Amino acid sequence: MTEDLPEIPQTVQVAMRPLPLRPVSILLSRLARRVAARHPDLFERMGEYGGARFALDMTDQPFVLLLDLGHGDPSIKAMRRARVGAVDATIRGPVSGFLGMMHGTLDGDALFFSRDLAVEGDTSSVLALRNAIDDAELDLAEEIGIGSTSVKLLRQAFGVVERATGLPLNRHQMTMEPYS
Amino acid sequence: MELVCPAGTPAALRTAVKAGAHTIYCGFADETNARNFPGLNFSRKELGEAIVFAHAHGSKVLVAINTFPRAGGEDIWHRAISDAGSLGADAVILADLGLLAYTAEHHPELRRHLSVQAAAANPDAINFYAEAFDVRRVVLPRVLTVAEIKAINAEIDVETEVFVFGGLCVMAEGRCSLSSYATGRSPNMNGVCSPASHVSYSEEEGDLVARLGGYTIHRTEKERSAPYPTLCKGCFTSREQTGHVFEDPTSLDATRLIPDLAKAGVTALKIEGRQRSRAYVEKVVRAFRGAVEAEAQGRPMPEGLLATLSEGQAVTTGAYAKVWR
Repeated sequence: MTEDLPEIPQTVQVAMRPLPLRPVSILLSRLARRVAARHPDLFERMGEYGGARFALDMTDQPFVLLLDLGHGDPSIKAMRRARVGAVDATIRGPVSGFLGMMHGTLDGDALFFSRDLAVEGDTSSVLALRNAIDDAELDLAEEIGIGSTSVKLLRQAFGVVERATGLPLNRHQMTMEPYS
Repeated sequence: MELVCPAGTPAALRTAVKAGAHTIYCGFADETNARNFPGLNFSRKELGEAIVFAHAHGSKVLVAINTFPRAGGEDIWHRAISDAGSLGADAVILADLGLLAYTAEHHPELRRHLSVQAAAANPDAINFYAEAFDVRRVVLPRVLTVAEIKAINAEIDVETEVFVFGGLCVMAEGRCSLSSYATGRSPNMNGVCSPASHVSYSEEEGDLVARLGGYTIHRTEKERSAPYPTLCKGCFTSREQTGHVFEDPTSLDATRLIPDLAKAGVTALKIEGRQRSRAYVEKVVRAFRGAVEAEAQGRPMPEGLLATLSEGQAVTTGAYAKVWR
């Protein structure tokens, strides 16, 4: 029943295993705070779930990301699977599923129907997060890049990787044709 | 025919407009609409901006205020109607008799559509709403055949709108109490069928087990498609039989019936899914705009494009063709 979602190649997963988790956590937390600063509406949309903690269990990478929304001051901590403690909810699926939902190429409900995405814990908080991120129209290149030149270069680089791996690394661009 | 498309967020609304929606329906982020889910819907500011965007691109916006007000809490619903009007909504979609009367009296210029939540499924009911409250369009319940819709259209003088895609509710909409029984929260008054706050999932012996308000409503084997956690699509054992007692977990896709619906006098085709993402909105709206254009030009209907977006990854023509259980 699962969709043919691309997965991080096994060799890359193995190569990621020795990565030190602390620097990864620092970089990802910086990214999360940048997203929060650029998209305050995202936290308004989270409402009562603005302080929720999620385990993002990306099944094709060696660690789990613990996302703490922190009421607008978020952090992300990379952890080994066995060490994840109490969270409000766990969302489990391949990296491409998370990226696809973030970039507007994949529908969360369809991933749930196909069993590519699984949820445990507080379903309300997961729904709020899914809807808030969908509305924010995030784009990884824009969230990471500083200045239009670096965003453009990142987008081009992501485009190359996207074409090679199938991972949805850039925000889906819509056209108004043919009915505008 | 007019294509009426869902939007649960401003981004989804912009997506629907760009994908070819003639009209978008949406709601405020509170209990006044029947999709009152976490993280969904519009603030007043967002709705105002969304209406300006839609109008600038030639699309209309309908505001669903289609729950039944709580006694003593009517102000919330009255304010929603007043704000929808002042923000420039092209119509409000209502179900409650009191709200219809209030709107007809206090906002007579605001076009009124009858929500599917009113479950008006015969000419007598529809004509009553038209005569009493000047309702201009009725959204028909998903329990009628195409022939029945044609017969109804012959006896009424208001527009009809029918669902052609998405989640399939075959209960008497606006009257169903299944979810209320299990959770204590009403789809009709609180705007939430199977509220996420009462849903839990767990993996048990390799199966995905879904519970609503503590009741196990289905166990899905590993390789099978997962359904929504709604009681009407639950899998239960009754006497010796185990199965989907009320309704199979499948979605409506009436694409191939669009020419018949046009001949039956239907004005507008509605897509369900305000709780879905902008990826869903884009794919479904584009596909149906293509189908509407094909119908207008007498070309054959495109088929089978959207099954992966459907519950159960399977589709049905529902009651329209009466081949479905």
